[in-house]
Amino acid sequence: MLDFWFFLEVLVGGLLSGTMYALVALGFVLIYKASSVFNFAQGAMVFFAVLSFVGFMELGLPFWAALPVTVGLMILVGMGTERFVLRPLVNQSEDTLLMATIGLAFVIEGVAQLAWGVDVRRLDLGIRDEPINWVMDKTGMLVSQLDVTAAAVAGIMVAALALLFSHTKVGRGLRAVADDHAAALSIGIPLKHIWMLVWATAGVVALVAGMLWGARSGVQFALVWVALKALPVLIIGGFTSVPGVILAGLIVGAVEKLGEVFIGPFFGGGIEGWAPYMLAVLFLLIRPEGLFGEKIIRRV
Amino acid sequence: MTVSVASAVERTAAVEAAVQPVLAVKNIEVIYNHVILVLRGVSLEVPQGKIVALLGGNGAGKSTTLKSISTLLGSERGAVTKGSIEFRGQRTDQLTPGELVGMGLVQVMEGRHCFGHLTAEENLITGAYARSISRSQLREELDRIYAYFPRLKVRRSSLAGYTSGGEQQMIAIGRAMMAKPNMLLLDEPSMGLAPQIVAEIFEIVRDLNQKEGVSILLAEQNTNVALKFADYGYILESGRIMMDGPAKALADNKDVKEFYLGMSSEGRKSFRDIKSYRRRKRWV
Repeated sequence: MLDFWFFLEVLVGGLLSGTMYALVALGFVLIYKASSVFNFAQGAMVFFAVLSFVGFMELGLPFWAALPVTVGLMILVGMGTERFVLRPLVNQSEDTLLMATIGLAFVIEGVAQLAWGVDVRRLDLGIRDEPINWVMDKTGMLVSQLDVTAAAVAGIMVAALALLFSHTKVGRGLRAVADDHAAALSIGIPLKHIWMLVWATAGVVALVAGMLWGARSGVQFALVWVALKALPVLIIGGFTSVPGVILAGLIVGAVEKLGEVFIGPFFGGGIEGWAPYMLAVLFLLIRPEGLFGEKIIRRV
Repeated sequence: MTVSVASAVERTAAVEAAVQPVLAVKNIEVIYNHVILVLRGVSLEVPQGKIVALLGGNGAGKSTTLKSISTLLGSERGAVTKGSIEFRGQRTDQLTPGELVGMGLVQVMEGRHCFGHLTAEENLITGAYARSISRSQLREELDRIYAYFPRLKVRRSSLAGYTSGGEQQMIAIGRAMMAKPNMLLLDEPSMGLAPQIVAEIFEIVRDLNQKEGVSILLAEQNTNVALKFADYGYILESGRIMMDGPAKALADNKDVKEFYLGMSSEGRKSFRDIKSYRRRKRWV
């Protein structure tokens, strides 16, 4: 009947692809924590980052040189966003900031295609999307090398960021800014630096996410929509929690793949696309702040 | 226009004490959104080491005055269009709130504004964000603050959002003190608190003033309490200073009694008459 190894293979595949969703969602969480804004431009940043990376490689830069150059570029994008989008909007409502990021998304998408063209590129990271041999030999499961690498990279980034938030001065400042801009200003926390740092970090996360997604499905405009995959992850995990999005990423990945394989046939297949959103809707009904989201503290 | 209740002798004494006021606001005018005139020529001085109260009703311009001083006004689309503000002899109009914190001027905002998702202790630690101090120094500073606010030591690991209003006010003041300020701007520390807590907080504020030597500019609606703890007072109405003088003289002044303390010349009004009580005269 139900083959245990097959079940495990689907589960592992789902969990691994879940880490990729988590990585994209991480960029949202970073910015949401610091500027309490849902950054619509995150998808565009993923696209812009990896397209620039591939572009630099096409210009003849080797991998090890293109990487820091792109990181530098994303830091510049972060600083520019702070200077030209956020700073003029200090103390404005969250809706205003949200609209600003929608505008920012169009600008970044436009600039990316203007600078690098609209062709679909291939990105070769030297890691192939093929099953790992010894796992296949031992258990008969097909586990992709790329998935495992991506999961490892995502894991490292997440651990580093979690430490940054909870244990450093900057992290504390960041959480303070997230809670109350005005109060943070009044005690001399430099909003500018915090925002710059956060947007630059989100840019780097976007680059890593873009490279992993790009290596799998090609560097193309569709990467912008990867951000949509992050939405259920964010709702389930909570917009403000780093560990939350990781767990939620795993859940979404697993639900997607297991659902497709085991429940999909009853619906005529194709539930992979919408199962995570259904789960997100359930969460919105039952636990709107997500698994680990900050409870909305409001004294009456 | 300004009515001063200080006698000539008191005046000269005050002038001598205030040779170099730590804060001097000179004739400032503030406009919000380019159209709404909020302050029209406010001048005040805070001598080093004193508590000065800025009194007045809702919408008189107390908070606006404090925000112009701390330059937090900029993020609310307000601007000082005339006059000058000098803190320790330096004009503040080109400085950022962060730079002013570095110079020793910290504002405790109206409504407390704690970081709700940080613990009480983390809130205090963020107060020292702008200072580069070592871990052990930070520990000492925290202990110093806890000595003034023993309640906070008990609640140190609670999320600030879950603490009581009085505790939040203490967190806000303690957090400002962590920046080691020379001067505090307190905006309505009594807001929404029980009289007992208000008294507790004001006692601590006086303690901070005396032991740490922090000068304090206090905006308050609670005229009674504020005049009890302050050295000097200014009364603000419709964006103008209507009266100023030593706190004691203000508290004894007939008009202040009638306008702000609810007492007429016949003594305190009985509760039954309050409804029909109307101001018989106004300054403006």
